[in-house]
Amino acid sequence: MLFTPAIIALFAGSLITSGLLVAAAGYGVQILRHWDLESGSELQLKLERQTYLVSTLVAYAFAFELLSLFLFIYTADNLHTFFVGAMCAAGSLNANPWGYPVIIFRMVNFLLAGLWLIVNYTDNKGYDYPLIRMKYALLLVIAPLIVAETVVQAKYFFGLEPEVITSCCGALFSSQGASVAADIIAFRQGPLELVFGVTMVLLLGLGVFVYRTGRGGYFFAAAAFLAFLVSMASFISFISIYIYELPTHHCPFCVLQREYFFIGYPYFLTLLGGAITGLGVGLLHPYRETRSLKGILPGIQQRLILFSLIFFVSFTAMAVLQIIFSNLTM
Amino acid sequence: MSHIVNKQRNILDFALSSLLRRKGRNLALVTVYTLVVFALASVMFFTQALKKEAALVLGATPELIVQKMVAGRHDLIPLSYIDQIKKIRGVAAVTPRLWGYYYDPLIRANYTLLVNDTYPLPEKTIAVGAGIARVRNAHRGSKINFFAYDGKPVVLQVRGILSEESELLSSDLILISAADFRRLFGIPAGYATDLTVQVRNQKEIATVAAKIQQFLPDTRPILRDEIMRTYEAVFDWRAGIVIVVLLGALLAFLIFAWDKAAGLSAEERREIGILKAIGWETADVLQLKFWEGLSVSLTAFLLGIILAYIHIFLAAAPLFATVIKGWSILYPNFRLTPFVSFSQIAVLFFFTVAPYTVATIIPSWRAATIDPDQVMRT
Amino acid sequence: MIELRHIRKVFNAGQPNEHVAVDDVNLAIGTGKVTVLRGPSGSGKTTLLTVLGCMARPTSGRILLQDREVTSLPARFLTAIRRKTFGFIFQQYNLIQGISVIENVMLPAYPNGDSLPALKQRAEKLLDLFNLRPKASARVEWLSGGEAQRTAIARALVNDPQVIIADEPTAHLDTKLSRELMEIVKEFKAQGKTIVIASHDPIVHDSPVIDKVVDMRDGRLIHSGAA
Repeated sequence: MLFTPAIIALFAGSLITSGLLVAAAGYGVQILRHWDLESGSELQLKLERQTYLVSTLVAYAFAFELLSLFLFIYTADNLHTFFVGAMCAAGSLNANPWGYPVIIFRMVNFLLAGLWLIVNYTDNKGYDYPLIRMKYALLLVIAPLIVAETVVQAKYFFGLEPEVITSCCGALFSSQGASVAADIIAFRQGPLELVFGVTMVLLLGLGVFVYRTGRGGYFFAAAAFLAFLVSMASFISFISIYIYELPTHHCPFCVLQREYFFIGYPYFLTLLGGAITGLGVGLLHPYRETRSLKGILPGIQQRLILFSLIFFVSFTAMAVLQIIFSNLTM
Repeated sequence: MSHIVNKQRNILDFALSSLLRRKGRNLALVTVYTLVVFALASVMFFTQALKKEAALVLGATPELIVQKMVAGRHDLIPLSYIDQIKKIRGVAAVTPRLWGYYYDPLIRANYTLLVNDTYPLPEKTIAVGAGIARVRNAHRGSKINFFAYDGKPVVLQVRGILSEESELLSSDLILISAADFRRLFGIPAGYATDLTVQVRNQKEIATVAAKIQQFLPDTRPILRDEIMRTYEAVFDWRAGIVIVVLLGALLAFLIFAWDKAAGLSAEERREIGILKAIGWETADVLQLKFWEGLSVSLTAFLLGIILAYIHIFLAAAPLFATVIKGWSILYPNFRLTPFVSFSQIAVLFFFTVAPYTVATIIPSWRAATIDPDQVMRT
Repeated sequence: MIELRHIRKVFNAGQPNEHVAVDDVNLAIGTGKVTVLRGPSGSGKTTLLTVLGCMARPTSGRILLQDREVTSLPARFLTAIRRKTFGFIFQQYNLIQGISVIENVMLPAYPNGDSLPALKQRAEKLLDLFNLRPKASARVEWLSGGEAQRTAIARALVNDPQVIIADEPTAHLDTKLSRELMEIVKEFKAQGKTIVIASHDPIVHDSPVIDKVVDMRDGRLIHSGAA
């Protein structure tokens, strides 16, 4: 176990976030069990007051998740000095088997929390709480995941033994090796660039179509999620090397460092934003026929599509500009 | 869109005017909050700066040092070992070093004496660190009296004062010629304090170290990376301890904040009741409370950080330097290189703003859900 | 047109201190009319006002606002409707201490999201109307009773509501100011606004502008008829 301020902070942050969501889920269960909009009873009034508390709790949890996702990567990055062979976060995350699961948990939970806020926003626009059951059911999914994230993170930090020899990012994200990351990189250049380009064009076209017609929300959500995965892979495979200006360096974490002007943050933020808004379109799609949302939902979906496209287009634009103006020529 | 922005601006406007209306109360809150941020930020800035400083210094030290061990203690190393080490594949160069400590009874402090080949000095002369220059009132040309191992006096002339730039390290340092060093401590020719080894390929350092250990079992190879890791761990660990101690203070602050937020005065309850009655919605009041909390947090957070910055980097950490640095008579009068990173700010945020915000959620919500008809019922 | 059907409001339901404040009230309030609720204190006037003004939800019964059923709306919608439809004048004025007259007047419009300068203009116009312009930046605790009352009325009007609800508006006013208030009510009526007043002050229910008086006792309507 390493005992640094950042680790204590992440620990505290996770405990706080878990606490917020467990509390929110607790209120959610009460709401799911006793909800009766027709009633003017004091219990119903109390439950309605609790919905405000739940929204507030999740909103704060979402903000904390965003900040701690990056703090976690940053901390892992700083920890690399403790591990022989580790050069950046990629190495310290690999110091025990819990490192990468923490990142995955954190990303999934961030996406889910963002989706919840979208559902919540929409629900608040309908005059009869049209999404209330789905909303609180979703909350019951998120809460255990956040708790799991806290546990996995604890396992990771408690399991850190300084001076363990780990692979540095050069070894982990290089084309020799039998990991997913290695597959992504081996797949690089030609095909993946093509896939990336096609995905983005497809997403844009689909976005315009869904925006205009209001049909095919599920396809757009699927395309946005696909675009999210493809963009991640592309970033590791061929975008990162233009940032590092090194044909062999693929690490997705070093870009978050000062040496690269924190350029990784806009890349990852646009991707996360694009995925959340894009998935939101699909999540809301089944409720288009709900009476209380009829006049409102298409507008919300359109805005989500617009945001999602803006996020992905900005990501693509940044990547293209990076490649054009990089000193690296392949 | 402008609609939403306007609304938030209006609510923020009212939040600020509300805060100013209750100056006394909020001032107390901001003061305590600032103090908490200040204490935590000071610890973090300080350790981080020390780590940086240490890394800077260690960056210049040799990557591999070989010491001779006798009965588990560091001993003089015979120069004959040099050739044996040179035979190991991958070793580029082996250099002997002469250094040690000298106790000056006059000022009751230890000096670090070092023979530096890149800064060769003629015999009978020395260069001294700024700290020594200060306490011995020495300047170029002054003479300083030393007593050799056998009690005989040795007079050395100061040729230069080391620059103050990295005073943390050079404060108690004296550079000396090899001949004077040997005379002062009675070290026979053919022996050195330790050896530094340069290795051609960075990746082979560990292998070379293992081989040295194998061929010369009475030696101890020390890797620079190991020292660095140890330093980092020690600094982080100390900061961790201090923070855990400060968590007590943080907890007290949170209880204070909870109390402030929960103990709404009758006046405030009435105000929120009025707002609700004239058409503010629960969410609007929650936003009002959010802006109030954010204003308080930002003010205290920024103030605390600025004060800590001044404390650590401009005033040289007078409050707790001795705790974290260790202590010495020749305490360096140094300024740390200012360094603040995103992660420090984020860590501070999680220690202060996040718990404060969470502590105020429930009280704010309680206040925001006051029934609008309450003002008419009384 | 506001229609109340079988309105019942119970406080502390199921507890020993259960209290039925309003019981089975049916009432229609005509658009552009002035209606007065009359009855001793504790008769349920104020509770009925809060239910009628969408400030509190009835325990059972229905409210129809321009033929729209609003009883089952969640608070956030009800509040938006209330903010735009009703202006409230309270017995105690209920001004917020420590801030200026004009800020108090503007407060109900803050959640609408209008820009502050536009809002200020609107508030200034209202202050002109009530001769409060010179006091615009004065703090409310320095106002006289009449000025405070007029500030409260200006505040009730800032969102240009269709309905004005007043709870014992003359309770703290002397005869002269009370008559002035009824003059203001007359002007509102002339502008086509609907007005509902709860009062047991003869100056109010004997005023010629009143269209309908509703008598209440123990939470029930006992008589309702033209003034």
